[in-house]
Amino acid sequence: MLTKPTIRVLYVDLASDKVRVEERDDLFHLLGGTGVAAALLEENMKADADPLDPAQPIVFAIGPMTMIYPVVTKTIATFISPLTGEYGESHAGGRLAYSLRHAGYDALVITGKAAGPAYLSIQDNRIEVRDAGPLWGADVAEAGRLMRGMHASPGHRSIMRIGPAGENGVRYANVNVETYRHFGRLGLGTLFGAKKLKGVLTIGTHHWPIKNARAYRQAYDEIHQRVISTAAMEKYHELGTPVNVNPLNAVGALPTRNLQSTRFEHAPDISGEAFGEHDLMYKRACAGCPIGCIHIALLRQQFGAENEYEIQSSYVSYDYEPIYAFGSMLGIGTRDGALRLMEAADRLGMDAMESGVVLAWATEAMDKGILSEKDLGVRLSFGDANGYFKALHLISEGANETARLLGLGAVQASRHFGAEDLSFTAGGAQGVAGYHTGYANIIGHHVGSRHSHLDNAGYSLDQKQRNLSDEETVDKLIAEECERDFVTSLAICLFARAIYDRETVRKALATIDIQVSDEDIQRTGREIYATKLRIKQKLGYDPTKVKLPKRIFETTSMNGPISPARVDNMLQIYRERCAALLAEFTKT
Amino acid sequence: MAKILTAPDMGKCIGCYSCMLACARFVHGDYSPHKSAIQVRTAGGMEGRMVADICRACADPRCAAACPTGALTPRRGGRGMTYRPKLCTGCGLCVEACPIHVIGWDSDEERPIVCIFCGQCVNYCPHGCLQMVEVGDAQPAVRAAEASTAPADQA
Repeated sequence: MLTKPTIRVLYVDLASDKVRVEERDDLFHLLGGTGVAAALLEENMKADADPLDPAQPIVFAIGPMTMIYPVVTKTIATFISPLTGEYGESHAGGRLAYSLRHAGYDALVITGKAAGPAYLSIQDNRIEVRDAGPLWGADVAEAGRLMRGMHASPGHRSIMRIGPAGENGVRYANVNVETYRHFGRLGLGTLFGAKKLKGVLTIGTHHWPIKNARAYRQAYDEIHQRVISTAAMEKYHELGTPVNVNPLNAVGALPTRNLQSTRFEHAPDISGEAFGEHDLMYKRACAGCPIGCIHIALLRQQFGAENEYEIQSSYVSYDYEPIYAFGSMLGIGTRDGALRLMEAADRLGMDAMESGVVLAWATEAMDKGILSEKDLGVRLSFGDANGYFKALHLISEGANETARLLGLGAVQASRHFGAEDLSFTAGGAQGVAGYHTGYANIIGHHVGSRHSHLDNAGYSLDQKQRNLSDEETVDKLIAEECERDFVTSLAICLFARAIYDRETVRKALATIDIQVSDEDIQRTGREIYATKLRIKQKLGYDPTKVKLPKRIFETTSMNGPISPARVDNMLQIYRERCAALLAEFTKT
Repeated sequence: MAKILTAPDMGKCIGCYSCMLACARFVHGDYSPHKSAIQVRTAGGMEGRMVADICRACADPRCAAACPTGALTPRRGGRGMTYRPKLCTGCGLCVEACPIHVIGWDSDEERPIVCIFCGQCVNYCPHGCLQMVEVGDAQPAVRAAEASTAPADQA
C-alpha cells in the first residue's frame, strides 16, 4: 500500500460470495507484480488437483509504483495454466492496474466456481459477485458494451471479460482487458470460463496524498522526459512492434507456413511499414503511459463481392506477434486477411499466437492426410483466410471432436494425431512466438517460466551475441529472467525496461519510502525466479523431459541449424543451475 | 493577458492521462487522477474518441454567480474565474451550477476541484493536444484554435 509497508490482498470466493481483505506485511519485500502474484499462487494452489478444479486460484497483482510513475501500467496474473498444466503468468495493461490501485488493492485472489454465470464487481470497498446470465455467450466486444451499460459510472473503469472460447473450454482462451489488451498465451480465459466468471469490473476512486512532493516531482519529471524523448522508446510508438517483420524476414527468422521456411515472399505486404502507411487509424495508450504503443488499424470490408460500395468498418489492434501468427505462419500475405483473423480471435477471446500455431500445424497435417477436412468441417490451406476464419469459430464453439482437439493447443492436438514433430512448439507447452533466431530463442522459450519470448529475450540474445558457449547462453538467459522478474514485480511494462535501470528504480522507490539496494534488487530477482521454479517443480514440470519437435531442428534458424545434442546439453546445464538456485532459496 | 485552457487537438490524444496525473499531482497534491480539473476519458469505450472535459472558462461563469461566499469570482481581465480556497465553505453550489458538469468534487477536503488555468497539464501532454490560449479581447483566437484539426506542422 502507498501508506504503509504491506500488501493489501482482496480474496473473493465465487462459490460462497465470501470476501475478505488481508494486509500481508510478509509479502512486502517481494514488492508486487510477479513476486507477490507468484507467492500468492504458491500458497493458494492445489498442486495435485486439475488446473480447472474450482478450488484453483486466479491471482492478480500490481506494484508499489503502479500509476505513480509513467509506464508502470501492468497487472500481473498468475494461475495454473489449463494449456500447459504448470505455472501460468500473464501481463496486461489497459486501465486495470490504475483501477486496482485506486480501489485500494495490491492483489486479488479469486477462488471457487460461481453457481451460474457471474461477474465480479469491485467498486472501491464494495465487492459483489453479480449475475452475468444475459452476458453468457456474448463475444468480447458485446460483453464489454453490455458491462459498460450496466455501470453508468463516470470515471475510468476497467472491464475484463472473456468470449465464447473461454466459456467453451478452449485451452488458450484470453481474458480481454479494455478491448485492445489481453491476458494472453496460457489460458487465463479458460480458467475464467471454468469458474463461470464472465468478467471483472473495477472502479477505484480512493485518493492518496503525496508525501515527498519535491523529490517525487523531480523523479517523475526525469522519467517522463526520458520516456517521451529517448530513442529507446521509438520503436514502440512509431511503427510499433511490427517494425520487426521486414528485418526478421531479411535475416531468415520469420516463421512461415508452419515453419516450413523462415522467409515469406509477402513479408513487405504485411510489414509494419505497410500497416503504418495504409491501415493505421490511431494509437492508444494504457492509463499512465505516454508512449501509446497500441496500434489500431481500420479494417474495411465489403458486404459481399457484388456490393462494391456497401462497406462495414471496424477497428483492430495489431502487433508483430499476431501478424506473424495470422500472416506469415498461415501464408497469408494480405493485411486485410490477417486483420480479419486478428479481429475474429479477439472477439472470440482466443490467443492469437497459439491460434496461429495450431492452425498452421493443422494445415500441414491436412495436406499430409493426417487431419481430415470432413472431420473439422472446413478445408484449411495456406493463404486462405476464409477457411481460417471459419476454423476459429468452429474451435471457439467446440463444434466437433476435431475442433475440440484443436482447442487443446498445438502440443496436445499434434500429439493426439501423432504428428507433434510438425509443430512449432516449445516447453511442451505452446506455440513459439514469431522468431526462429537460434539456440537462445528456443532454449529461452522452452525453459522460460511462462514460455514467452519476453521471459528472457532469447531472440534478442541470438541477434546480439552469436557465438556464445552453451554455459554462457544458459547463464545469460537465467540472469536476464531474474532481472526481468524484478522489473515485472514492480509491474513496469517491459517496453520501458531501458528507462527503468536500477539507479532510476532506486530513486523512484525512495520517493514512496521504499529503500532498496543493488543487492536487494539482485536477491529479490533471484528469489522470485526460485519461487517460480519451485511452483513448476511442484506441478511436475521438468524441461529436460519434454521433447522439442523435429521441425525446429529441420528448419534452419537465423544463426544456422540447431543441433539436438547442443540443446540437450544446454537443458542439462539449465537443470544444474536451477537445482543450485533452488537450494539457495529452499524454504525451511 | 489572462490565459485559458483549450483542447484543440484531441484527435491526437492517445489516452495516456499524463495531463490528469499532472493536475492531480502537481496542482492538487494527490496521486489520484480524480483530483484533476481536467478529465480525459473515452466516449463509447476504447473504440470511441478520446474527449477532454475541461473548464470552458465562461465569459459569465455560472459557478461564480452561484458562489455565496465570494470564493469563486469572475476573473479580471479574462474569461473564467478566480478561486480563493480560504473563502470556500465547501457548500458545493458551484458544482451544481456548472451546466456542463466539469467541476469535480474533492470528498476528502470537501472542496471543488476547479481549473486554475495554470497550464501544468499542457506541459505533460506528449502530443500537443492541449493549449493555453490568451483571452481578454482576443476571443476569436480561441475559436480558431478549437476549429483546427490540421496536423501540427500546419497548425
